[in-house]
Amino acid sequence: MNPAFSVIFLTTLSGAGQGLLLALYGAEVAARLDVIDAPAHRDFYALGSLVAVGLAGLGLVASFFHLGRPGRAWRSVAMWRTSWLSREVIALPAFMAATALYGLAHYLGGRGTIAIGLAATVMCIALFVCTGMIYACIRFLQEWSSPLTVVNFFVLGTASGLTLAAAFSARTAPALARDFATIALLTTFAGLCTRSMSLVRNARLRRRSTIQTAIGIRHPQIRQKSQGAMGGSFNTREFFHGKSLAFVRHVKWAFLLTAFAIPLVLLYVAGARASAPGLSSAFAIQLLGLMAERWYFFAEAKHPQNLYYQAIS
Amino acid sequence: MTQLALVIDLNVCVGCHACVTSCKEWNTSGSAGPLADIRPYDRDPTGTFFNRVQTFEVGEYPSTETVHFPKSCLHCEDPPCVPVCPTGASYKRKEDGIVLVDYDKCIGCKYCAWACPWGVREIDEARHEMTKCTLCVDRIYDEALPPSDRRPACVMACPTSARLFGDIHDPESDVAKAIRGCGGYQLMPEWGTNPSNHYLPRRKTEVRIAADQVVRADNPLKKDGKLPKPGLNEPSLDDATSW
Repeated sequence: MNPAFSVIFLTTLSGAGQGLLLALYGAEVAARLDVIDAPAHRDFYALGSLVAVGLAGLGLVASFFHLGRPGRAWRSVAMWRTSWLSREVIALPAFMAATALYGLAHYLGGRGTIAIGLAATVMCIALFVCTGMIYACIRFLQEWSSPLTVVNFFVLGTASGLTLAAAFSARTAPALARDFATIALLTTFAGLCTRSMSLVRNARLRRRSTIQTAIGIRHPQIRQKSQGAMGGSFNTREFFHGKSLAFVRHVKWAFLLTAFAIPLVLLYVAGARASAPGLSSAFAIQLLGLMAERWYFFAEAKHPQNLYYQAIS
Repeated sequence: MTQLALVIDLNVCVGCHACVTSCKEWNTSGSAGPLADIRPYDRDPTGTFFNRVQTFEVGEYPSTETVHFPKSCLHCEDPPCVPVCPTGASYKRKEDGIVLVDYDKCIGCKYCAWACPWGVREIDEARHEMTKCTLCVDRIYDEALPPSDRRPACVMACPTSARLFGDIHDPESDVAKAIRGCGGYQLMPEWGTNPSNHYLPRRKTEVRIAADQVVRADNPLKKDGKLPKPGLNEPSLDDATSW
């Protein structure tokens, strides 16, 4: 597939916002249960929710650039019964609204925040599932068609949100920064494990479609001689990234380094001292790394239609 | 239940692209609006086509066969592109099984193209809407046309009659008989979408003549002995010689 930057920004930014909400709500529940000391000021939640809504909103804006006809985008709520994309279109604004309400409730004095936060958390998880299922439900894109896809969207989004929470709390509620950094570290490590699992899985995939099933001729030697157009087509532009194998491999190692390895080190080192610059750079690097991860996620997927576009002439 | 579809005979297709140009001509002139042509007279021309003819070489040189392979929407009985559409623009007609796009509802998200294993949906890069083969739905029901013209433009254009059109659910239709009789098959059956369009395989074409078929044993002229019997090497004609 040819990675679309609109979708890369949508999924990474919104994922970070969703993770941040989970971190905020988790901290509030933990504080109520006396597991951790309550944060100093209610503005911590209000401001944090604002950041989460802002990130999700940026993702929403980015998603419009994916559409050929953004003016008709409102129509996409129609088919929620069958389409995961339609469900995501509903879940994203619902998550933003619930998160905004959660922040507002904290800002106005903190009444009913547990219930509103629970609603926001449910919407958050629903949004993660919708986003993941958009890709996982296409069964012939075998790289994506796996529960690991949904798990990765959830764990990687949560990890970046927790890293953001650590960076954010280092400035606003330093007492929480160490706890956030520790949980972010564990979640990032979990993300490294689940993402590596899908990398290993995809490296061992057996293609169900071959050129033989594509044109229905059972002969071991089939070569394409022409694809019906010499100037390219939608099929060659949408489903091929056009980069060399070496480039794709470099992106893989780059994202393993920037989305996981470097943030893990920074979270460990800066988390111990609750250093705001260290944790902020951990988040920035991890977010960039996850964008590279998302690029690779698309580039790695080989659409069966590519079998029909192996040679120009 | 009707399921209109094309049956494409790979044994007959000569790869002339007449179906491609005819399809483009008809569908770019329709009420839905023109199909994009980008840089048509320049380097790397490109544009929207509902139908493309590709060419494959099967076998090892010198014993190879060239297979011309027309590819358009297969109008699956269980189309994977329809349920993924967030707006309902993509749908399958109940009455005749044609998979269509309601262009006015399409937001151009391209998700349906991702969900099609054959890559037969193309976004129109001028209209920014998803387009695909309609089986010439604006033609096959047009009562202003004579009945013989109420067929898809590609079928009308094919000079070798490699393209058949009809209801594959009607066992007495030409297409159903062709599928049954000539081993019609579906593309990528492994995904279980049950494509309606079928392809007829290449067949070995051999002329088999037995020795007794060379000479007409029951030639009445020979029986009656009315004409002189010419030599074996002389030319023979039914009306003129007894051979």
